[in-house]
Amino acid sequence: MDYISNFLFMRSEVSLLAVMVFLLLFDLIAGKKGMKYFQPIALIAFAAHTIWTFVPYEAGVSFGGMYDYKPVMTIVKGILNIATLIVFMQAKEVFDTERQGNKRGEFYFLTMVTLLGMYFMISSGHFLMLFIGLEMASIPLATIVAMEKFSKKSAEAGAKYILLAAFSSGVMLFGISYLYGTVGTLYFTDMPNLISANPLQIMAFVFFVAGLFFKVSLVPFHLWAADVYEGAPTNVTAYLSVVSKGSAVFVLMLLLYKVFGNLIVQWQGILFAVIVLSITVGNLFALRQDNIKRFLAFSSISQAGYLALGIISGTAFGMTTMIYYIFVYVFSNLAAFGVISSIENKTGKVNISDYKGLYSTNPKLSFIMMLAMFSLGGIPIFAGFFSKFFIFAAALEKGFYVLVLIAVINTIISLYYYLLVVKAMFIDSSDNPIPTIQTDNYNRVSLFICTAGIILIGLFGVIMDKIELYSFGM
Amino acid sequence: MVAGSVALVVASAYLTVSYLAQRSAGAADPMLFTSNWMWYKPLNIAFSLGVDGVSVAMICLSAIIVMTGTFTSWKIEPLTREFFMWFCLLSTGVFGFFITTDMFTMFMFYEVALIPMYLLIGIWGSGKKEYSAMKLTLMLMGASAILLVGILGIYFSAGATTMNVLELVNIYIPMESQYLFFVLSFVGFGVLGALFPFHTWSPDGHAAAPTAVSMLHAGVLMKLGGYGCFRVSIYLMPEAAKELAPIFLVLTAIGVVYGGLAAIHQRDLKYINAYSSVSHCNLVLFAILMLTQTAMTGAVLQMLSHGLMTALFFALIGMIYGRTGTRMITEMGGLMRVIPFLGVAFVIAGLASLGLPGLSGFAAEMTIFFGAFENADVFRRVLTVAAVSSIVVTAVYILRMVGKFLYGPMQNQKHASITDAVWFERLAVIVLIAGIVYIGSFPFGLSEMLNDSLGNVIAALQR
Repeated sequence: MDYISNFLFMRSEVSLLAVMVFLLLFDLIAGKKGMKYFQPIALIAFAAHTIWTFVPYEAGVSFGGMYDYKPVMTIVKGILNIATLIVFMQAKEVFDTERQGNKRGEFYFLTMVTLLGMYFMISSGHFLMLFIGLEMASIPLATIVAMEKFSKKSAEAGAKYILLAAFSSGVMLFGISYLYGTVGTLYFTDMPNLISANPLQIMAFVFFVAGLFFKVSLVPFHLWAADVYEGAPTNVTAYLSVVSKGSAVFVLMLLLYKVFGNLIVQWQGILFAVIVLSITVGNLFALRQDNIKRFLAFSSISQAGYLALGIISGTAFGMTTMIYYIFVYVFSNLAAFGVISSIENKTGKVNISDYKGLYSTNPKLSFIMMLAMFSLGGIPIFAGFFSKFFIFAAALEKGFYVLVLIAVINTIISLYYYLLVVKAMFIDSSDNPIPTIQTDNYNRVSLFICTAGIILIGLFGVIMDKIELYSFGM
Repeated sequence: MVAGSVALVVASAYLTVSYLAQRSAGAADPMLFTSNWMWYKPLNIAFSLGVDGVSVAMICLSAIIVMTGTFTSWKIEPLTREFFMWFCLLSTGVFGFFITTDMFTMFMFYEVALIPMYLLIGIWGSGKKEYSAMKLTLMLMGASAILLVGILGIYFSAGATTMNVLELVNIYIPMESQYLFFVLSFVGFGVLGALFPFHTWSPDGHAAAPTAVSMLHAGVLMKLGGYGCFRVSIYLMPEAAKELAPIFLVLTAIGVVYGGLAAIHQRDLKYINAYSSVSHCNLVLFAILMLTQTAMTGAVLQMLSHGLMTALFFALIGMIYGRTGTRMITEMGGLMRVIPFLGVAFVIAGLASLGLPGLSGFAAEMTIFFGAFENADVFRRVLTVAAVSSIVVTAVYILRMVGKFLYGPMQNQKHASITDAVWFERLAVIVLIAGIVYIGSFPFGLSEMLNDSLGNVIAALQR
């Protein structure tokens, strides 16, 4: 295989890199006038990238096994692309303002760097590659978390995120080094047969997954989530909670299935505990939040628990349901964040108690918010119901009855706090409701896409079939 | 909405006629008008439809109640459009539930019918509406969570390649799984059918809901519970049903008596009727668990009878509340003279509720107790006798209620000037009374229609 054809399997990476370089140059060259067109051009370029990299192609390996492509990865990358695109659309009006306007170049570029890091993470065939991807996905993220220069909370969030990310990377590297010590290789394809569940390997494994659990924000590695979500600019929070989490949970699954197949008993035990903790702790803390970003942070911790529920079965069906769950979660969560972002941008209000009487002033926004809450809570006919049902089915298939019962009971708790938001908007009245606001067309389109996704995904079984078709390529 | 709901009644009447025509032409399948679309292949979920006598009866009931409910909320304020949007979604869930034969879609429609309740009660309700709405939603969603584990457990332990009830019935489910999943699915559906001791959502929810929603919820939605128990739990797991019936029989018998006794102590008209619903709905579950054909016929008759009766009650209570501004029987009196039409209708509903021959309650309850007594063992007979005592209790609270607020001296002079029902209210009331009289006078036509469908369940029980 000659050098160039190595890149044939890296189409999405190359394409994203091209978009990034183009935008970086544009940012450098364009004057004040040209920068007015920066955001539309960035959106168009990214949308084009999303569309032409959406077609899966045959599996392959490049760079001597460092990079390993499977068709299902295109699906996952496509989902991440869609999510990023929606985040960009929602961010447009924020970066049109005086306050944030001078940072648009950095925001788009750094976000795409993290996305590229996630691509490498997903398609890696070697632990070092995985680690590089992971770092690439976390370090720039810390800078965009701290993007609001004059906000102390944002700076605090950035510092928290980078310190904890560095710490978790250290723990992870430690695990990787032990793994290397026991098996003598770091290639994913060579390792499974050498792993024999001896105590040292189990310890190495625990250190390693702790690093990934941190990225997914599963309990007990969740402590950063609430503060970072609250302090970061809302669009970055959206990105963190959907794209960053989705990619990390997919990588977690990939490694558990591909590399640690021999440790299935051990990791099912670990996941069992982590899932129960995540779902319960996330839910119980979400109950008492008033800041809606903190609220969604805890809700997303419990959602991460549900995502992990898809993994625990260790089957291809579990993988399908998990990818499906990510797909649905993208639309539900981003719909909520789109509403929050536009309200925060116009009025600066981020508390659930401020949302009282929203329906009387902003019926459409509150309707979308309600759909998002219903979908997150798993109410039919919205997409969240189907994804939750399938996740439960996947876990039940392997006999995790107790776990599913705990998870299902937790959905009732989660429904309670999701309904509190709906109650604030629809039932409560307020003397001082949020005034009627106009969002820009980009955000409207993004909310429209999310709403369409929430309502329609569940009704078309064919989406699930397609994901399943590629999931068996593992 | 008015035109739509009338069309619903016409369509369901047409469905009944064509169903009966097909049956009399000799169609022998367990369900007619079946159709099947594959929806989610990985789990063999299909969108499959089909009706038998029981579901046709339930669909007619739903159509009538949706129509009358629409008529009684003629002047709902505020946010009229939104009210009917949620009301429509609620009706969609109800109809969808009765026509599907796939466990997944059944479960889905069950939940579709639940969630509009939260907003309907929360926004348009009265009294402790926020508390009641949340309580109702969470308790019923909790039930559906148990149910979810139940139906997935049935699917996986049957090792089936379908979620269709009609095909699952041919597969033997291992006994140890049956024990577990019978309980889960029966309780899951039973909560919606006000199974004692999980009935506590019902009085608060019904009391706080707006009139049309109380009607639909007590009249139809609670029947979803009974229907589901019968269609999924007992039909698919007859062996476990036979073994575990005694436990649930005790619970339901307690529920029957307890509901009645609790109703005696209430002063709020809606609470009286809500507890009376608890009593009657437990009687439905009680009858289903007797596992004889007669008792099951009685159960379906009771579902229909109670649906119409309680809808009539709630409609009348709503109308009276709209006029007097109170639902406390101690604050009203002598209303018969001012609103004779509503008063007479109330008395008819009350008489139907306490089982006066000629009205629907009598036909249903007689059939139930007759069928229950067919079981020769002492245990079931003792329980039946206990349940029969509820008739007396019902008579006590109905007669007290009617006597207190319809007759006797006028309590509040403002009530002397209120007006009687207007035409759309009269129409709704008359339609419901006609239904009650029809079931009471000609139950044989109905039980004929139910026979062949119930026969399938009995056949499953005897295999």
